[in-house]
Amino acid sequence: MFVEWLRGLAAGVRRLDSVSRAALVILGALFLAAMLAPVIAPYSQSHQIDIVGMKNHAPSLAHPFGTDRFSRDVLSRVLYGARISLTVATLAVLVSAIIGTLYGLTAATLGGVVDTVLMRLLDAMLSIPRVLLLIAILALWSPVPLWMLVLLLGITGWFGVSRLVRAEALSVREREFVVAARSLGAGAGRIMLRHLLPNVLVPVIVTTTLGIGNVIVLEAGLSFIGIGAREPAASLGTMFQDGTEAFAGTWWAALFPGVVMVTTVLCFNILGDALRASLDPRHLHRARVGTGTAPLHTAE
Amino acid sequence: MRRLVAVRLFHAVVVLFLVTTIAFFLLHFAPGDPFSFENPNIPGDVRDRMRAEFGYDRPLMEQYVRYMGSVASGNLGFSHLLRVPVTQALGTVLPRTLLLMGLALVISFALGIRLGVYEVRHWQKRRARASNGISLFIYSLPDFWLALMLLLTFAYWLPILPGGGMVDVVMHEYMGPGQAAWDRIKHLILPLTALVLIVTALIARYQRAALLEVLPSDFVRTARAKGVDERDIIGRHALRNALLPMITLAGLAFPALLGGAVFVEKVFSWPGMGLTLISAIGVRDYPLVVASVVVGAAMVVIGNLLADIAYGLADPRVRVR
Repeated sequence: MFVEWLRGLAAGVRRLDSVSRAALVILGALFLAAMLAPVIAPYSQSHQIDIVGMKNHAPSLAHPFGTDRFSRDVLSRVLYGARISLTVATLAVLVSAIIGTLYGLTAATLGGVVDTVLMRLLDAMLSIPRVLLLIAILALWSPVPLWMLVLLLGITGWFGVSRLVRAEALSVREREFVVAARSLGAGAGRIMLRHLLPNVLVPVIVTTTLGIGNVIVLEAGLSFIGIGAREPAASLGTMFQDGTEAFAGTWWAALFPGVVMVTTVLCFNILGDALRASLDPRHLHRARVGTGTAPLHTAE
Repeated sequence: MRRLVAVRLFHAVVVLFLVTTIAFFLLHFAPGDPFSFENPNIPGDVRDRMRAEFGYDRPLMEQYVRYMGSVASGNLGFSHLLRVPVTQALGTVLPRTLLLMGLALVISFALGIRLGVYEVRHWQKRRARASNGISLFIYSLPDFWLALMLLLTFAYWLPILPGGGMVDVVMHEYMGPGQAAWDRIKHLILPLTALVLIVTALIARYQRAALLEVLPSDFVRTARAKGVDERDIIGRHALRNALLPMITLAGLAFPALLGGAVFVEKVFSWPGMGLTLISAIGVRDYPLVVASVVVGAAMVVIGNLLADIAYGLADPRVRVR
């Protein structure tokens, strides 16, 4: 079963158009560069090259992204920062996906009163503005270690996933093979994990991919106001913390981390869009009944 | 319809109650309280007396019951930071945030829907495809970074607009009414632009998707078969149905906008709720922090409630159910 959906995913990737393939390649390169940061970065993240002579240097051959006002090499900081940003976002989204899937599956499998209560509770959590809540918790608990940041981002991000999982699971629940399993005497837990779970994984993967981009932005925003990742484990967002006045003369210190972040998020969004389009069965149907007046390769 | 409103209203109250509870406990489990941050020279017994005066020494459940009771009667507590009741503090800063968000919401919807329609109508032309690419690009921009770049560009390198605040701190008092109004508008332009760009991109993307969803419908085929102009098929038949999801989106865009407003306020030092929240956190002003989260949630709940009711008004199928 696992192999089956992996094959489905591969088929989905093969159906991607050239833009999304490019996004995939760029993303792969970014991930590789970020993970290899300790190997390929010319300096360490917080190394101050020459506190007097080397601060605020414009980009040059020796320092392609310039140096910041503490005479640190911006390229190295971007590489290390991307490493932290990507790791935090990916792990956080993984946490969200796990919690959301279990919650949604539980609601759908048990049904009845449990479902109603769980969904009402979900409504309540959905209406808490995520940013406000995160700012409040992070600031009051500060300084939080990175794993805590991952956990908090994950715990506040699963609501959408669980809605989706529940909706998918509710429709799968009525299919013949599940009815057959139930009449053979399979318990709720077995039905949930062996029959429903594999069939809801695809939408989970797609929303998860889309979510990574959002979480990178969110984490960067929190780090920007000084309560997310902090020195020495600076993320891309932390690099903006200096304030605008500091960037007025040294545009490179604000531009390059931003460009890397925007590229990453853009690639994730392009890829998420394309994955959703190519994995959505309704979309295939739409392609067949196509009207010829609208681009068919894009769907929300 | 009345029944629908009643049910939704009841849901909203339940959700608000849960939100307040969650926010209260989450924040009270955090280490420290408002008095662990004040001047370190204050001796321990004075600190304890201050805690007792504000009720921070009581059992958590008692604090919770008291807090819920006072919230229900409209009293959100006393802000230690600003030394005024929280309702009064929020009363001053909330309208400023609402001004920013409200304007951004209205402008973004007007622009975003048009853009979505344009992209679908002219999907074959290069310009429409470029527009689709650009909206995906803007949608991917972190709000604070966009704000930072706008600020750098239009306030430092090309100093044509003020870099922060709501009015000119020194000169505003001495301006005539016309000049003062222009001063306010000038300060509004950059933060508003940052929010509008991002929300417009979001709405355009959803509007485009909603239109594409509707286009394969039977009634569109019928319209096309009877020879309706392609312009009118999208502009009248399809758009009317594709606008329904936009109503829901208006409710959903609210929390996103509120979050974005916090960062944008921070970058442009716009003295609204976001900036107040950030400074309240620095000094552990619990009542103000909890109230900000609760008021933010209330805004979201009210936004969703209004969206639900609007949906009921716009779509007769919902009313029957």
